[in-house]
Amino acid sequence: MDMFAKIAWVIPLLPLASFLILTALGRSYRTAGVWIGSIGSLGAFVMSLLVLLERLKPNPVDYSNGFDWITIGDYTLTIGYEVTNLTSLMLVIVTLVGFLVNVYSAGYMKEDERITVFYGYVSLFTFSMLGLVLSDNLLSFYLFWELVGVCSFLLIGFWYARPAAKAAAKKAFIVTRIGDAGLFLAILLLFWYMPEHALGFTMIESVFDNQGGTITEGITTLIALLIFLGAVGKSGQFPLHVWLPDAMEGPTPISALIHAATMVAAGVFLVARTFDIFEASEAAMQTVAYVGAFTAIFAATIALAQNDLKRVLAYSTVSQLGYMMLALGLGSLAGGIFHLFTHAFFKALLFLAAGSVIHAAHTQDVREMGGLGSRMKTTAWTFAIGALALSGIPPLSGFWSKDLILAVALEENLLLFAVALAAAFCTALYMTRLFVLVFLGKPKQAEERTAGAKESPAVMTIPLIVLAALAVAAGFVETPWNGWFGHWLTDGAGEAHGSAIAIVCSVAVGVLGVLAGWAIWGRERGAGEAAATLAGRAPGLVRLAERKYYIDEAYEAVFVRGLRGIGAVLEAFDRYVVGGAVKLAGLAANAAGRLALRLQNGQVQTYSLAAVLGIIVIVLAVIGRRMLS
Amino acid sequence: MLPSYLTLAAILFCIGLYGALAKRNAIIVLLSLELMLNAVNLNLVAFSKYGVVPALTGQIFSIFTITVAAAEAAVGVAILIALFRARGTVDVHAFDRMRR
Repeated sequence: MDMFAKIAWVIPLLPLASFLILTALGRSYRTAGVWIGSIGSLGAFVMSLLVLLERLKPNPVDYSNGFDWITIGDYTLTIGYEVTNLTSLMLVIVTLVGFLVNVYSAGYMKEDERITVFYGYVSLFTFSMLGLVLSDNLLSFYLFWELVGVCSFLLIGFWYARPAAKAAAKKAFIVTRIGDAGLFLAILLLFWYMPEHALGFTMIESVFDNQGGTITEGITTLIALLIFLGAVGKSGQFPLHVWLPDAMEGPTPISALIHAATMVAAGVFLVARTFDIFEASEAAMQTVAYVGAFTAIFAATIALAQNDLKRVLAYSTVSQLGYMMLALGLGSLAGGIFHLFTHAFFKALLFLAAGSVIHAAHTQDVREMGGLGSRMKTTAWTFAIGALALSGIPPLSGFWSKDLILAVALEENLLLFAVALAAAFCTALYMTRLFVLVFLGKPKQAEERTAGAKESPAVMTIPLIVLAALAVAAGFVETPWNGWFGHWLTDGAGEAHGSAIAIVCSVAVGVLGVLAGWAIWGRERGAGEAAATLAGRAPGLVRLAERKYYIDEAYEAVFVRGLRGIGAVLEAFDRYVVGGAVKLAGLAANAAGRLALRLQNGQVQTYSLAAVLGIIVIVLAVIGRRMLS
Repeated sequence: MLPSYLTLAAILFCIGLYGALAKRNAIIVLLSLELMLNAVNLNLVAFSKYGVVPALTGQIFSIFTITVAAAEAAVGVAILIALFRARGTVDVHAFDRMRR
């Protein structure tokens, strides 16, 4: 019983082992890197799957184990792991997508001379993400949380020779740090207010679940909001979403792994893991829901006007993460995690397919693509499946998860329901646009460049096919008339949210979005022409969305300039006041030295005279003392 | 008797000290050093004869001093000759290399 849960601690160690081996091997073992990285992640996946299958038995018992890490006085900090339904599900998502990305990268990164380093980083990332998922207390969770951030930094800046990649890596690191600071403060507050300073998730659950007045509501709200700030940073929610689209400077498999399927989901996972704190505070739940809904619609409209293939997908990720937050904020843990689950598959699929396109077309600008569908059949088909799943067309997985969220929103809050519907419409619209511009129509590139565009090798297309199958099938675990997934995840608390209105609306906006996209960008009209007509009708709006609502510019003007200004003042203080004092000390010593230099004239006779004078002084002093005493 | 010897020795020592500190000719400086050493010798002998505890040690010690002074004079003059060959002068004010 629970045999696999007991050895769950091995799961993160497998990728860690591959990371260590790869780092020790160095750059020269190119194929070895691929094999070691892939085998490590495959092993982790198989074990995670076994753990999950074990959890699927009726009435699974949560298993946790650990050891004392630090003992200070009578406080003991433990470090350990915990296997619950939620963590076992996350384990499978992370390791499955991680494994497929490992396989895919063998093709995508083949030409890169630092492929071994790449695999090392990916393994380290997988290790930290799995550690984060398995952590049984907030402190070790935070350690892995930061480690994940570091891996993200390393991988975004993987091509560090490019200035844009360097800038994006720094931006991602700095922006997410703002959220990390929030999470850290939340942990400190929890440490302060929790009985016996316990930080374990089980303790948090039991303390906040039956609020016996141990922690006041104000403090609970504060803690919840600070935790949410951490989630906002990591999951790219407004207003800290700016790093995620820039993070597309990294290699495309990384965009799929980190910035679509796993790391950004860590924020959602964090909220889900500490869900009891949020449930204890109405205000925090409202904040989560409204921030999520706003991010969903906000990012979806930006995605409409972007021309970089990966950036569109990045904004789509931001928007879908907003959906998950919306679901969590509305109190539906199952809805948020279900969408995370399906989204991981179809978004990884979309990114990997996009990578396949970029690999073939050598450009990321959708305006330069077109007509790739006939040349890259597998990529086009799988991309289409991913796009339809994302757009929420039944019976693909995205439909079911989105429908669940919409049904919950309909029950709870009509305004948020409307916003979510609008975001769903935009989603369908931009995905149609993307598909039409990339795969249909006539090639817009010069002949010699499109001539090279051919289907990617099997090592890249097979992960696509696997993910496409999952994107189709993953949704059936939870349908409006079968709440099995929610039931399983929340230990029987969840029930099916069947709502005919939600289904009709959801299907309607999905189909309408696709049709509208087809009407605007489809047929035989050139994309530039369509964009021109749209821009002609509403130039201000299009421009606004294209420039991402000038958020970056606003941050530049307010925070970057402001901080630079403070920095300039501080630097001046440092240079002139602190540095001045230091210089003054130096000058004083110098002047004293100059004075002493006068005495040192090289004449032995002068020195001897000084010595004699000294002796006379000493003698006089001794005599004086004798006479006085 | 002791005070007269000590006074003579002190006078001799002071003359020597003045010569060593103030004279410009290096040879005179050397001679002044000898004068100071001999003043010390005088003290030693005087104490060995008229001191509180008369003993032969002072006289033997002064013989040692004379020996060392002879060796010192030889070395000092040798250095002086070398210096004169190198610099062409025995003026101690010219020997200020230690400044740099």
